[in-house]
Amino acid sequence: MTADPHPPLEASRGNPAPPALSSRAGTAEERMACDVCDALQHVHDVRPGERLKCLRCGNVLLIHEGHAADTVMAGALAMVILLVSSVFLPFLQISASGLRSSASILDTALAFSTGVTAPLTLAVFMLIVVLPVARATLLLYTLLPLRLALPAFPLAKRAFRLASELRPWCMAEVFIIGVAVALVKIGAMATVSFGPAFWELTLILVIVIAESGNSGDKTLWRMLEKRIPS
Amino acid sequence: MAHAGETHPVLTAHGAGLIGCARCGRVAGHEAHICPRCGSVLADLRRDSVQKVIAWLFAGLICYIPANLYPMLETTFLGTTLKSTILGGVIDLIHHEAYFVAVVVFVASILIPSAKFALIGYLAWSIRYRVRLSEHRRTQLYEFVEFIGRWSMVDVFVVAILTALVNLGFVAGFNPGTAAFFFALSVAFTMVSALCLDPKLLWDPMRNDRDTHD
Repeated sequence: MTADPHPPLEASRGNPAPPALSSRAGTAEERMACDVCDALQHVHDVRPGERLKCLRCGNVLLIHEGHAADTVMAGALAMVILLVSSVFLPFLQISASGLRSSASILDTALAFSTGVTAPLTLAVFMLIVVLPVARATLLLYTLLPLRLALPAFPLAKRAFRLASELRPWCMAEVFIIGVAVALVKIGAMATVSFGPAFWELTLILVIVIAESGNSGDKTLWRMLEKRIPS
Repeated sequence: MAHAGETHPVLTAHGAGLIGCARCGRVAGHEAHICPRCGSVLADLRRDSVQKVIAWLFAGLICYIPANLYPMLETTFLGTTLKSTILGGVIDLIHHEAYFVAVVVFVASILIPSAKFALIGYLAWSIRYRVRLSEHRRTQLYEFVEFIGRWSMVDVFVVAILTALVNLGFVAGFNPGTAAFFFALSVAFTMVSALCLDPKLLWDPMRNDRDTHD
């Protein structure tokens, strides 16, 4: 709880020591507008474990830079590995009266391939696999060189912007909830067993939930501006 | 918890003659069109925001009608095919005493989409006209709508999963119905609608268009 008794323009005085990670600290009296309520306030580099909140609406403005970058990269790397490897593996298998059947993510997308629902084949594959993997790749492309203290790759800022625009359209974690609902729906009429992709998708759900509490986007944008002179 | 701003007026970026970027929070001069930090378009409280929200919302509503009228799922069991709509599917589940799944499907496919239409409509309305709910509450509502939008897609995935998984030839099988297409479109349009809503407008409705003083 970093509730601050000062009025907005005094918001962040008295945190003079910039953390070791941010190579060059921002200007001493940097101002920032809350992305939710537009309140103007002074901000500064944030120490590990600290969060800077908007004085008007409580929205988290900044967190520690290294922490923000590491969390995002860890999630992105795990996402790529788990999703790519789960595309062809079955997530559920059923057997009923001697007949067997199983489904992978690819099978699921292809389920729509006939009739009027055909465009959904592409849409489902994009939402579950292509966009989440693309987003994770863009995040790694932007952040990895910076974290290794190397010069940024070309178009790093554009890549990071695209990644944040893709965010609402990445639905790998929604898919696993769909698997759970399907599981309950047919559990009564057939014997259902879990395939390896089921556990991979469950891990993805955990990662996405962990990531959603970490609102480091503004922190990372601020870091990118400091590190990549435009 | 103590927010300093509420007793005396808060200085916003707009109030200071500046523009605050909605994505990264960078403050830029009022003449800027592109955010110098993240490259987003910096419309000063995007004037047409509310119109876009309402337009996409209507597109979503229109698609939601065929999504409910056409069958969502065709179930084949021992040679007989049963077509069920979204609501029909829920009622079937209740008949089969699968109450838990019935509730999940009802919440994901009927309650959440309807609530989304109502909430986005209400938020757009609250920007134009004065409402009782505080800015904090409405921002929470907005975050809730943004968060919940994508979860409606669950039902489309369930249809696909059942179709792919239960493929036992003559004995049992599922096929997607036309409604799946319209439902997916409806969810997508409503998501775009929520994304068009600039949450800053919830805090400073006075700045939108020529305001209605009442």
